[in-house]
Amino acid sequence: MSGHSTYQPKTGFERWLDARLPIVRLGYDSFVDYPTPRNLNYWWTFGGILSLCLASQLITGIILVMHYTPSADHAFASVEHIMRDVNYGWLIRYMHANGASMFFIAVYVHMLRGLYYGSYKAPREVLWILGCVIYLLMMATAFMGYVLPWGQMSFHGAVVITNLFGALPLVGPSITTWLWGGFAVDNATLNRFFSLHYLLPFMIAGVVILHIWALHVVGQNNPTGVEPKSKADTLPFTPYATVKDGFAMSVFLILFATFVFYLPNALGHADNYVEANPLVTPAHIVPEWYFLPFYAILRAVPDKLAGVLAMFGAIACLFALPWLDTSKVRSMRYRPTAKLYFIIFVVVCCILGLCGAKLPDDPVLGHFKTFILIDSDLNSFVWLSRFASLYYFAFFLVILPVLGLVEKTLPVPDSIASPVLSHPVSAPEQATAAPEMKG
Amino acid sequence: MLRKLSVIAAVAGLMASFAAAPALAAGHPLEPEKIHWSFNGPFGKFDQAQLQRGYKVYREVCSSCHSMKLVSFRNLGDKGGPFYNEKYPNSNDNPWVKAIAKEFEVADIDSETGDAIKRPATSADRFPSPFPNEAAARASNGGAFPPDMSLLAKARTGGPDYIHAIVTGYKNPPAGLKVGPGQHYNPYMPGDLAAYWSGDHAHIPPGGFIAMAPPLTEGGVTFDDGTKATVDQQARDVSAFLMWAAEPKLEERKQTGFAVMIYLILFAGLLYASYRKVWKNESH
Amino acid sequence: MNPSADTLALASTEFDLTKVADGQQVTLKWRGKPLFVRNRTPAEIQKAVADDGASMKDPQKDADRVKPGKAQWLVLIGSCTHLGCVPTFGGGDYGGWFCPCHGSHYDTSGRIRKGPAPLNLAVPEYEFLSDTKVKIG
Repeated sequence: MSGHSTYQPKTGFERWLDARLPIVRLGYDSFVDYPTPRNLNYWWTFGGILSLCLASQLITGIILVMHYTPSADHAFASVEHIMRDVNYGWLIRYMHANGASMFFIAVYVHMLRGLYYGSYKAPREVLWILGCVIYLLMMATAFMGYVLPWGQMSFHGAVVITNLFGALPLVGPSITTWLWGGFAVDNATLNRFFSLHYLLPFMIAGVVILHIWALHVVGQNNPTGVEPKSKADTLPFTPYATVKDGFAMSVFLILFATFVFYLPNALGHADNYVEANPLVTPAHIVPEWYFLPFYAILRAVPDKLAGVLAMFGAIACLFALPWLDTSKVRSMRYRPTAKLYFIIFVVVCCILGLCGAKLPDDPVLGHFKTFILIDSDLNSFVWLSRFASLYYFAFFLVILPVLGLVEKTLPVPDSIASPVLSHPVSAPEQATAAPEMKG
Repeated sequence: MLRKLSVIAAVAGLMASFAAAPALAAGHPLEPEKIHWSFNGPFGKFDQAQLQRGYKVYREVCSSCHSMKLVSFRNLGDKGGPFYNEKYPNSNDNPWVKAIAKEFEVADIDSETGDAIKRPATSADRFPSPFPNEAAARASNGGAFPPDMSLLAKARTGGPDYIHAIVTGYKNPPAGLKVGPGQHYNPYMPGDLAAYWSGDHAHIPPGGFIAMAPPLTEGGVTFDDGTKATVDQQARDVSAFLMWAAEPKLEERKQTGFAVMIYLILFAGLLYASYRKVWKNESH
Repeated sequence: MNPSADTLALASTEFDLTKVADGQQVTLKWRGKPLFVRNRTPAEIQKAVADDGASMKDPQKDADRVKPGKAQWLVLIGSCTHLGCVPTFGGGDYGGWFCPCHGSHYDTSGRIRKGPAPLNLAVPEYEFLSDTKVKIG
């Protein structure tokens, strides 16, 4: 898609700069003239929303650091100092804390969109893997950021996650001691997490640049999954995509603002307003919502090492996805069977999230017991999470590889323009909608 | 358009399913009664008279055991606080705040002799803690540690509803429940009573043990504004006060939020109109 | 990123056992982790010894987890061997400790009986200086 540039320097200065550093040309080719498939729907606006999230997190984060003290003795009080005394500190901190959740909402929608429309298939494998790398960095950053307020959930969350590495045979205990910088999660741990929490977002920004670069080499996928063939298939990025992205961003900001101003602690946990105490673990320890599905997979396995491997395996599946899906058809719009399994997959991810939030032995339905299967009652969240985890892995390792070989797909259009331009949607819809609006 | 709406609905649905997820299950205490607080809702504000009554309950009842070390005296006179007065935009000048601060003594170092001394607090000081450290607090309270109250209303699931439920919800222990010395049964307290219950194991009583004896008594505090000091009234007032102590910027937050929402909605409307105009002649 | 010298220098600690009443437990902080000193009741000891032959993930006799002749004193590192949460006493199916994080059940000897934890609660190095005093570490 990176064809010849149509940038025409207008002023003398632009001509001068273009001969030395063609940065305006780069911007013009990437964000103005860039050909965008004309049929992109709102699911495609989340890329722009994610850039907004990253920018917001970086800016609020840098301001927070001006007031935060990374020390086991002072971290909790310094966060409260931000909340109570710093000018608009409450706003900055609530934006940063809820912004992390918003970031994950957007990234999950973005990933599911890629999954549904086959955006990981050739030639977009590297684009997809770079996205997975960003996701992994985001998880590390979010986890370390959650430790910084040094509340009870911060502390014990850090204990649990760092202990995951202790499950590795032989080297495990040495690795945890090395991660902690001591015999337990303590001041040294807090300080190194702070350092990395500041560093990783800039690494994310770097990988985001690679992600966009890769995107501009292979071009955007689109709902039909058919590559653009002619000029009729695309529109210039500006104004068509920018205005649509802008509208989606503003709607997303309304959701963001609702949380920041009216439900600032709804996505957090009350126990994190209690200062860290190494001697008492909160009765019900849960990670932030965006980690719950993986946490449920971890708990589903009764063996420590196997549980840790399953959890990391769940993320590894994403990296291998381009080679696991064998279907020649890119978009699930033309794969009715795959679409059904995809919907079940989304539901299963939500169920895993729910399981991660509940106590493993609590009953799922009502308050009754059924019978003990191996180690727990069948009517318990631990068994629900086992069935859900099984589907999660089966989706990647069995369903997608096999389905591509055996399924019956619907006819794929010849080009983007053919279904779009023969699509009677836009013209009559406007015609019928207009009188109503006037009336 | 329908498809576009379904996108938004799907995102909202995903959100709702996660927001509802982290329900506390351990020990299964009773659900606190939902109280209609003046600070609830998008336009909620603290009731200043209630905060003043609540401060009195804190001062006369709670503060003998519970610290509130993140709150300064000056905060009492901040906008939205219990003793805010328009005449004193700088809360350090507020005479009520000064008078309250003087009632407390704080530790300091004499700058000439270097001796440890006690001096009357000023409005810039924080509330002094009733015990010098956690061990001292435990020693004076039968091994239990009275939690700091600065953030209590945010640090408990249910917030002010929970605090109100705890202080008004003490019940006589059901027959068959062994209550240890210095312990009190409270059905709203999270805990695990299985080990202390000799009755039917399918019907373990809800709640847990709390080391604090019922703190409020009928008429235990005399309110200056003539409000009848029932236990329920005191509980409501002190819960509201603790909510203020935990989130003093609540009013400012909700007011700013309203302006931001209006702005964002107009902005989104404008962008949608631009979007329709730009895409008018393009099929998609 | 390994522990710094001051962290490594954490000294051993001495503890006066008279502070722990019958059937009670005291939690100390040792090397940043909780340490349980439990004064076990005869019923608890009996239960632990009776289970010596039961099938276990990490088989160990109760007698190997206490000092000879001091079966009432159980000293444990209060950190779940699964992922490091602090187990609470009096919960779980075996009358001992229960870890709230991932549901590991330990018996009255601190041995893992059910749940994801791989090992028994660790017994630190300690010795009796006198009948009422122990040195841990």
